[in-house]
Amino acid sequence: MVDKIDALLPQTQCGQCTYPGCRPYAEAIVSGEANINQCPPGGEATMLALSDLLGVEPVPLDEEHDDSPEKTVVYIDEQTCIGCTLCIQACPVDAILGAAKQMHTIIESECTGCDLCIPPCPVDCIHIKPVKVDTDTWRWPLPEQNEMTPRA
Amino acid sequence: MSRSAHHLWHFHGGLKLPGNKAQSTARPVFNASIPKRLVIPVQQHIGEQGKLLVQVGDRVLKGQTLAESSQYISAPVHASTSGTVIDIDELPAPHPSGLNTLCVVIEADGKDQWIELEPVKYPISKSPAQLRQLVRKAGVVGLGGATFPTAVKVNPGPGAYIDTLIINGAECEPYISCDDMLMREHADELVSGCELIQYMVASKHCLIAIEDNKPEAISALQAVIKDRALHNIEVVVIPTLYPTGGEKQLIKVLTHKEVPSDGFPSDVGVLVQNVGTAVAVHKAIHLGEPLISRIVTITGEGVNEPQNMQVLIGTSISELIEQCGGYHKDASKLIMGGPMMGFTLQTDHLPVTKACNCILVENTPAEAPPQMPCIRCGACATVCPAQLLPQQLYWHASSKNFDLVQDYHLFDCIECGCCNHVCPSQIPLVQYYRFAKTEIWSQERDRIKSDHARVRHDFRQARLELEKKEREEKLRKKKEMLAKKKQAEAEAAKDGKTVDVDPKKAAIEAAMKRVQEKKAAQQTGSDSPKE
Repeated sequence: MVDKIDALLPQTQCGQCTYPGCRPYAEAIVSGEANINQCPPGGEATMLALSDLLGVEPVPLDEEHDDSPEKTVVYIDEQTCIGCTLCIQACPVDAILGAAKQMHTIIESECTGCDLCIPPCPVDCIHIKPVKVDTDTWRWPLPEQNEMTPRA
Repeated sequence: MSRSAHHLWHFHGGLKLPGNKAQSTARPVFNASIPKRLVIPVQQHIGEQGKLLVQVGDRVLKGQTLAESSQYISAPVHASTSGTVIDIDELPAPHPSGLNTLCVVIEADGKDQWIELEPVKYPISKSPAQLRQLVRKAGVVGLGGATFPTAVKVNPGPGAYIDTLIINGAECEPYISCDDMLMREHADELVSGCELIQYMVASKHCLIAIEDNKPEAISALQAVIKDRALHNIEVVVIPTLYPTGGEKQLIKVLTHKEVPSDGFPSDVGVLVQNVGTAVAVHKAIHLGEPLISRIVTITGEGVNEPQNMQVLIGTSISELIEQCGGYHKDASKLIMGGPMMGFTLQTDHLPVTKACNCILVENTPAEAPPQMPCIRCGACATVCPAQLLPQQLYWHASSKNFDLVQDYHLFDCIECGCCNHVCPSQIPLVQYYRFAKTEIWSQERDRIKSDHARVRHDFRQARLELEKKEREEKLRKKKEMLAKKKQAEAEAAKDGKTVDVDPKKAAIEAAMKRVQEKKAAQQTGSDSPKE
């Protein structure tokens, strides 16, 4: 069961659900400790998928775990980086390349946008940027709902 | 033994629409002038984007490759005229998103100087694989609008058998007439392209399908076939019905075969190619010319002199409109493609690409009629050429139920727009399907990414675990050593002996002694010659 839930989670390992990673959150859901609406990166889609899997009623997303659907990654301002390796130790998916007293850089394709590397940075050189949408990843919007309101 | 009256079948649904083609077919194809500045998008095909081969400042010749990829499903792009590369940047290109894509900007030098072309005089002396390679190098893609790399499509693969090659000259969408004009004016090249594709896929028959509203094109092609006494290429006149030009619909009409859902035409022994693609294949092999231009229909009530033009890829749409007498004062909407399947362009400062068959300028009010609730009349299901249930697709797409919408075969929808057209409530049904399709693709990408992240996270956890264990092991060993040493000392003390000097310390002292001796020896040695 934990595997099935874990498979639906976005694997950002960001800890915003208050658990130290996606799998611990999955375990907490199974034990009944956590609710299904605590994953902000997954948003509504993940919550609905979980409700579908577990056969429970959908719950609106937690106020605390508010929905921010825009995908982001981080980048390092390489001029400012002092090579302290603290961010490397914080990254849950080994997406930061670097060594002590050497400049670090983010491997953008591996970054999950969990932002866990930002707090440990002593010189605040890690910044968030939105993932660029190109013609391949662009999505058609839902048509504007200009349905006429029924007459009273 | 040509089959004189080809038996024809019907596909489900479809619409009889006013053709509106006469406006743009009155005049022969006009050669658009070479623009001063060409913007050539690197990605004009389905598949991998090519890597740039030129830099800003480079001089390029007409037909020179600008970008290509080593991936199989890809197509290179070429310079449409000679000149200088003045910019390589993300620039607006025709796409429903209006987003920028990587483009090479060329300032034309007006000389229009070709690279050295290598025409193949006797294609029959080459293997089909060699010819496919030439088609690939020439950047030929499906010119019917899908822009799938042709070299990939004309490779049936091992075990596949193509019985019938269908050349699609149906051109069923209203207003568009570029294929009609191509067939009228380039019938000879088209037939030669058909022969080349037939050779590459080893098909027995070739059917050139043309709707019965194009009599000039039909007679032009029949004349060429008669002239050259070709027995395995046949012109088949099909009734005008939208969307007969859809790949699966055309196969049904001509062969009564149905391409399975998730399947390809090759599953039923058929390959379909657009007429423009066949001409491009002819040019690629017989002339050695890459795909650097195409015929574009400029039409609609919003443009003063509708006509077809032979246009260099990368020419700005605004320049074409200018050469067609400019916009009508009531022009309100610019569409790339036809009125049924095209998409709206926000500006005319966009380059013509390989996919651009038609620029339609409408003069209808831009304000869309208000969308009314679905009344479940079922008109959409009656006209759907893919035999889907558009109404169900609409419900599930609008409620974002992406599993159910796929159960109703969303991905068999060809986005022909028939359901839109007949909907009495003016529901933009196709946009709901496009929304659902792109959402599903996006979720699929996210899933792949999260699976990847899970693997990396698990690997990191395992690595940290291993490192921790290794550290503990080291510590344990050191502690053991220390305990052993202490024990030895204690035992030695008990025996009343003094503990031996630490062997490590002794070794260091011995080494230091040796160094000092050496130094002393060197000093005496080096001093003596001086004196």
